[in-house]
Amino acid sequence: MADLHFLANPARFRRFSQRVLPGLGFATVLMLAVGVYMAFFVAPQDYQQGNTVRIMFVHVPSAWLSMGGYAMLAVLGASLLVWRHPLAALMARAAAPVGASFAAVCLLTGSLWGRPMWGTYWVWDARLTSMLLLFFLYLGHIALSRAYDSPERGDRAAAILALIGVINLPIIKFSVDWWNTLHQPASITRLDAPAIHNSILVPLLWMAVSLLFLFVWLVLLRTETEIDRRRLENAEAAS
Amino acid sequence: MSGFTTLLMRDLRLVLRRPGDVGVVLAFFVVATVLFPLGIGPETNVLARIAAGVLWCAALFAALLSLERLFAADYEDGTLDLLLLAPWPLELAALAKCLAHWIVTGLPLSLLAPVLGVAFGLDGQSLLALGATLLVGTPTLSLIGGLAAALTLGARKSGALLALLALPLCVPTLIFGAGAIETLAAGDGIVTHVAILAALALVALATTPWAIAAALRQAGE
Repeated sequence: MADLHFLANPARFRRFSQRVLPGLGFATVLMLAVGVYMAFFVAPQDYQQGNTVRIMFVHVPSAWLSMGGYAMLAVLGASLLVWRHPLAALMARAAAPVGASFAAVCLLTGSLWGRPMWGTYWVWDARLTSMLLLFFLYLGHIALSRAYDSPERGDRAAAILALIGVINLPIIKFSVDWWNTLHQPASITRLDAPAIHNSILVPLLWMAVSLLFLFVWLVLLRTETEIDRRRLENAEAAS
Repeated sequence: MSGFTTLLMRDLRLVLRRPGDVGVVLAFFVVATVLFPLGIGPETNVLARIAAGVLWCAALFAALLSLERLFAADYEDGTLDLLLLAPWPLELAALAKCLAHWIVTGLPLSLLAPVLGVAFGLDGQSLLALGATLLVGTPTLSLIGGLAAALTLGARKSGALLALLALPLCVPTLIFGAGAIETLAAGDGIVTHVAILAALALVALATTPWAIAAALRQAGE
């Protein structure tokens, strides 16, 4: 906790991030390069899905990161509302578009994967629908945080929304699951995949960690930019 | 508690003095629903199949339409500042405003929807179920919508933003509300659906007043 308080000061955070960012960016590029190589050349084809199974190496980590990203928004929102943590607002502002992008990547790769597998770009499957709703929650957060002339108001309104959203997310997930079983008989042939084999699991986890690095790198970089932007605006307002 | 009833009666009295505002919302509900048969075609079996979903969605939109002004008038004329200074909890004030909104929109919508359902060829049992699910489900819409209204207070383009915030959160209510009529058509009872709708309303009741009060406090700063 002491370390978190240390970073609460934006100027100190900036010094910290400037030291960390180059190395982190380098590590991200390296890990992604290895991960993409493994995904394309090391991982075997699926005996039923062929080469399209490789979409999974981007699709699944994106889904994880977009869900983790929303949880992060809620934690940042709580620390803004409870401790008035000055950095939390800037970081939430920086993280929301990144999380939304991962949700969008998940939806896009999912529909590209669905075309050869299920014969259609979109089905009203419970998982797809709840991911779409998560994407909408992200959009609401982004729009709300930027809807005010005073950025501080937007930050706090978005923080409240993130907390209510995180309470509602399991409820939405549950109701969409229910809705799907109610409306849709199993029209799509779902492959009941056997337990995932190591030759696929290792590249998948590697890609997940690389994309997590990418997520952290983007969020830190964008937080730094937000600090600079806020300073610039304050300086303009003062002059 | 006296503050609660005072505020509730005040809001209701304000609406009674200008009944046109509620009339417009109900007229929107009727017109929006009537467009569906015109767009889809007059086959009765198709209309009966989609009736519950259409009426539920239209009720959701109609409820949202009237929410933009829920706190805006108080925000502009300074009433909100007095509510913030008042010696009783702001959470109760938020609840009173949402309850007033439900009485003037959710309740009439629930009563009107079965009448429109007749035009969609729903049978008597489905009409009852439609009214019942709306009656239990619309309080949730008022509470979640009230939160969206409080969050967008003073924002640019608050109307569209309000809908963007509230609609994803209203999905569970929509699913179980419209789903009840579907299960009825399949020959099952609707008790489960009504119970879940009531549970959703209680979750909203337990969480949103605090969030609304928090949003109003930072709007008043």
